[in-house]
Amino acid sequence: MTLEQGIFILASLLMLGSALAMVTARSMFVAALWMIGTFAGVAVLFILLNAGFLGIVQILIYIGAIAVLILFAIMLTPDVMGLKPGPRYTGQWPLAAVMASTLAAVIVLLLVRAGNDWHIADAAPNVTDFAVQLGEAFMTTYLLPFEVASGVLLVALIGALVIVRDE
Amino acid sequence: MQQLDRLFILIGDWFHSLLAQWLPEPVVSAIGMLLSALIIMTIAAVTMLYMTYLERKVVARIQDRIGPNRVGPFGLLQPLADGIKMFTKEMIVPTQAHKVVYNIAPVLAVTPAMMAFAVIPFGRDMVASDLDIGLLYLIAVSSVTEIAIVMGGWASRNKYSLLGGMRAAAQMLSYEIPMVLVLLSLVLMVGSLRLSDFVDVQTVPFILLQPFAFIVFLISAAAEVARSPFDIPEAESELIAGYHTEYGGMRFALFQMAEFVAALGMACIMVTLFLGGWRSWIIPLPSWLWFVIKTFILINVWFWFRGTFPRLRIDQLQALAWKFLVPASLLHAIMTAVLVTFFPLVKDGQLVVQGAEWLTTTVVYFVANVVLLFVLMLLYRPYVRRTVRQLRVATPAAAARQQEVQAA
Repeated sequence: MTLEQGIFILASLLMLGSALAMVTARSMFVAALWMIGTFAGVAVLFILLNAGFLGIVQILIYIGAIAVLILFAIMLTPDVMGLKPGPRYTGQWPLAAVMASTLAAVIVLLLVRAGNDWHIADAAPNVTDFAVQLGEAFMTTYLLPFEVASGVLLVALIGALVIVRDE
Repeated sequence: MQQLDRLFILIGDWFHSLLAQWLPEPVVSAIGMLLSALIIMTIAAVTMLYMTYLERKVVARIQDRIGPNRVGPFGLLQPLADGIKMFTKEMIVPTQAHKVVYNIAPVLAVTPAMMAFAVIPFGRDMVASDLDIGLLYLIAVSSVTEIAIVMGGWASRNKYSLLGGMRAAAQMLSYEIPMVLVLLSLVLMVGSLRLSDFVDVQTVPFILLQPFAFIVFLISAAAEVARSPFDIPEAESELIAGYHTEYGGMRFALFQMAEFVAALGMACIMVTLFLGGWRSWIIPLPSWLWFVIKTFILINVWFWFRGTFPRLRIDQLQALAWKFLVPASLLHAIMTAVLVTFFPLVKDGQLVVQGAEWLTTTVVYFVANVVLLFVLMLLYRPYVRRTVRQLRVATPAAAARQQEVQAA
C-alpha cells in the first residue's frame, strides 16, 4: 500500500464516518459539525487528485462560509442549545428509504458494470498553473455560465432580504 | 553578512547532511519537514507568550501605569508565571456542557492559527511551503477559526458564551468580504497568489502604492482576529468573557493562544503583502531580522489600537463592514483594475517597472488611492452627520442639555 492509498482510505473513512454520524446525530448543531468533517474529507480527496486549488476552495467556501452560515442559522432556531432533540424518525422515513436504496442500487450497478476497468485521472493534469487556467476559462469560454450563476446568487440574496424585511 | 542572512538555511543544510549520513533520503526529508513545522510552531508559541507581556506593558504605558514588574527583571518572567499557573489549574467542565465539543473547540481554535505560518516567507528562501496558491490558503485557513469559536460558545451551555459565539461568527463572516476584496486588488497588481512573488515585486512596499487598501486590510484584520476595538465576541463589560466564559486552565490558555497567534499571523501576512516582507529598508540587516522588526511594528500598532479606541457596539461594527468597507473595497478593486491596465507592475510573470519608473507608478497609485478616499468621504458625509446627530440625542446628558437650550 502506498502512502497515497493510505491517505485516501483515511480520508474516505473520515468522510463516510462523519456522514453517517451526521444523519444519526440527534442534535442539529452536532450534525452540522459532522458535516464539516465530510467537507474536510472532500478537500483531502481534491488535494490527493492534484487539484490543490479546488481543495483550498472547498475549505474556503464549504467549511469557511457555508458551514459557518449553517451553524449561524441553527443559532437562530428556538432550541439553540439542543436540549430538546426532535424524534429520531419522522413520518417521511419510508420515502427516504426508497430514495436511499435507489441511489445505493445505482452505485452498486455502476461498480459491478465497471468491473476491473477503472479510470482514475488527475482532476488537474497541469498542476503548475491550474488556477491560471481555471481563471482564464471562467473569463473566456465559460464567461456566460459564470455570470448567470452569479446572477442567480444575487437574486437569491436579494430575495432573502425581501422576505425577512419588516413591512 | 551573506552568511548571516542565510544563517537558518545553512543550519538546516548542515543538519540535513548530518542526518543523511545514517538515514535514507526520504526519511531525512520527512524529518526535515516535521522539524521545520515544529520549530515554527514553537517560535509562534513563545512569541505569543511575550506578546501578552508586550501588550500589557504597552497598554500600561498608554494608561500611565508601569505594567507587570514583579516577576523577574522588568517583569520579564511574568508570562512564564502565567503559563505555569494555567498548567496547574484544575480542569473544570460544566455539568451541562456537551463534553466532546467542549473539549475539541480549544484545540481546533489553535490549529488553523498555527497552519497559517506554513506559507509565510520569513526571510530570503525561508518559507516552509511556497504554495502557488498561498494567499488563498491563508484566507481558507483563517476562516476555519470561527467554527472553533462557535463550537466553544455553543458547547458551554451558557447564554453569554452562546452570544459571544454568535457575534464571532457574524463578525468574522462580515469582515472576510472586505479583506478578500482588498486582497483581490493586490492580486491584480502582482498577477500571482504565491506569497514569495508578492515579496519579489515590492521594490516599493505596497503600503505606499495602495495606502487605502492597507487601511481597509488593517481594520478587517483586526476584526477578523477579534482584536480591540473589535473584541466584541468577548466584550467583558457585556458578556463576561464571551465564548470562553466557561473555560478555565489550559483550555482557556489555548483559546487565548489561538487569539494571539492569529494576531501574530495576521501581522506577518500584512508585512508580506504591504510592507515588502523580508526586504530590508535603508539599513542592510539580515532579511529575517527585518521581517521580525516589521512584524513587531505592526503588532505594536494593534496594541495602540487597544489602548486608544473604545469598543464598538455590534450594530456599529456590522454597519462599518457592510455600509462602508464592502462598497469601498469593491470600488478600490475596480480602481486598481483600471490602474493596472495603464500602469502594469507585472507582465507575463515579469516585473516591468524599473528604476525611476517606480516613482511615477508609486505617485499615480498613491494619488488614485487618496482621491478614492476623498470621494468616499464626500459620499458618506450626509450619512456620518446623520449618525452623529442621532448619537448626540441618544445620550441622556445630551438630551438634558437640549431641553435646557429649548427652555432658555
